Amino acid sequence: MVDVAPSFAPEILDEAVGTPRARSSVLDFLRRQPLGTVGLALVLVMAVAGLGAEWIAPYSPTANDFASMTEPPSWAHIMGTDQFGRDLFSRIVYGARTAFIVGFCCAMVGGFAGLVLGVASAYFGGRLGLLLERINDVIMAFPLIILALAVIAVFGGGVFNVILAITIPLIPRCARVVRSSALAIREVPYIDAARACGFGHTRIILRHMVPNVLAPFLIMLTAFVGQAILAEASLSYLGLGVQEPIAAWGLMLQGGAEEYASTAPWIAIFPGVAIALTVFGFSLFGDALRDALDPKLRER
Amino acid sequence: MYRYIANRVLLVIPTLIGAAVLVFLLMRLIPGDICAIRLGSGGSMADPRAIARCHIELGLDRSIFLQFLDFAWGFVRLDFGTSMWSGKPVTEEIVARLPISLEIATMATVVAILIAIPLGTISALKQNSWIDHVVRVAAIAGIATPSFWLGILSILAVLEFSQLLFGAPWMPPIDYVPFWQEPLHNLSIAFLPALTVGYRYAAVSMRMTRSAMLEVLREDYIRTARAKGLIEKIVINRHALKNALLPVVTLIGIEFAFLISGLVVTEQVFNINGVGRLFVLAVQNQDYTLTQALVMLTVVTFVFVNLAVDLLYGWLDPRIRFG
Repeated sequence: MVDVAPSFAPEILDEAVGTPRARSSVLDFLRRQPLGTVGLALVLVMAVAGLGAEWIAPYSPTANDFASMTEPPSWAHIMGTDQFGRDLFSRIVYGARTAFIVGFCCAMVGGFAGLVLGVASAYFGGRLGLLLERINDVIMAFPLIILALAVIAVFGGGVFNVILAITIPLIPRCARVVRSSALAIREVPYIDAARACGFGHTRIILRHMVPNVLAPFLIMLTAFVGQAILAEASLSYLGLGVQEPIAAWGLMLQGGAEEYASTAPWIAIFPGVAIALTVFGFSLFGDALRDALDPKLRER
Repeated sequence: MYRYIANRVLLVIPTLIGAAVLVFLLMRLIPGDICAIRLGSGGSMADPRAIARCHIELGLDRSIFLQFLDFAWGFVRLDFGTSMWSGKPVTEEIVARLPISLEIATMATVVAILIAIPLGTISALKQNSWIDHVVRVAAIAGIATPSFWLGILSILAVLEFSQLLFGAPWMPPIDYVPFWQEPLHNLSIAFLPALTVGYRYAAVSMRMTRSAMLEVLREDYIRTARAKGLIEKIVINRHALKNALLPVVTLIGIEFAFLISGLVVTEQVFNINGVGRLFVLAVQNQDYTLTQALVMLTVVTFVFVNLAVDLLYGWLDPRIRFG
């Protein structure tokens, strides 16, 4: 009685194990969502670049070559060089790694913490739910970049602190959305049935509630990765995020990009294109995922 | 309606108290002694007597509870103390930079509304057409493009075009002059940053307008209006758009955060001496009094903008007013 099929869980499990049904779902997604497919392709290209940076980048991202400073794009340096003679293509490829590490860490940690808090707040309700809601209200009163700046003011820059600074504001945003979905599920009869069968809170939450809020959660995760990449780039651009010599897209736009805007515009153009394409890819993919998972939108 | 207003206003109080506690505690999490960091610049050891004086000056010799009361009471009186970096009163620092930031924020909002509502409506009316695809891609591109990069590109474009047209590169001025004194000078400072921030703001609002319009166009009362034989223009303007704009009003409040974030970064790109740039300088200079005041001011503004939007929404939507 309690094992009423959750709406999304079987599809997700199928995808995880790679059954023929999962393969046909993926093909169906690719066929029905051309813009989403473009987004997914962009994300995959950037992810592969980040993962295989050592093999793809022709030069070291930190190697200065003062004989070839601000060189325009050529066969030797396909995206040109910066003011220190560093190969821009190599820095962008390594920058993809930084962006994905920050993006995925923030989205995963913030998302899962939000998932737990959101489902717990909806399931238990009462004083705990109220308390969690008020805490969410407080944190959500801080615009993302402002809270991130405040955290950095306290703990300083660097990759770990940037991840921390961006993750904290994401938690209540996720918890809020998950809670609203979980509240509806809490009222469904199979949750009462599970309680009547004497199942524990953990089992009810993990087996019967979490799988049913996975659709909005997954959509939000894709949005979070994009938001985190953008926030990291902004912080690094302000000189408060990732620090030299680590290659990061935002950092590449700091200083040199404006100074050499008219004489070496490639320094300003390519890192920005990398950020925009990656976030664009995540946004397109997230939109398509929402359309594919939301039955109301699927009908349109 | 009165009950709705009272509930909404009362909800602001715990949020503001919670935010004040969070900001206050966050600034006390700074590793080490603020005074030792402030006085011992360049790695040198500060004089212990100077550190003790600094503790008294900042009130750090008192209990944490009294320090919080001091902070909260100071905030109520708009007395945020003295900047640790410039030595000037924080209020003075902020007030001097507020006009240009407010001007850019207002212009960006106007730009966003002017772009978002017509394009979002057309996109919904022509769903799945090429216009819809172009508008949707432009909207997602607006969200994906970092505002600081857009700012750098617009500077680059201005430099190139001015070189081409006038034979010499031209850059917008950075020294602020009020609009009523020199309108052209004032607008040339604020125009590009407002456009940069406004595009991103417009992108978010455009998506919201489109999806709200799509939702409304499928409502029964629209079908009824068409069945009565009303011409399409009246159906769209009087019945659909009026209702679809309700969520957009809410969005203007919610996306106020985008505006603030946009200002922080964009003012840096255009070298504008506004509140956003002051924020970055405060963090860079480890000026905790200034950072604390700016964070708190942003939160208070954000909370009150959202309150105003919620009340406006309640007034506009009879389902909330009479609910």
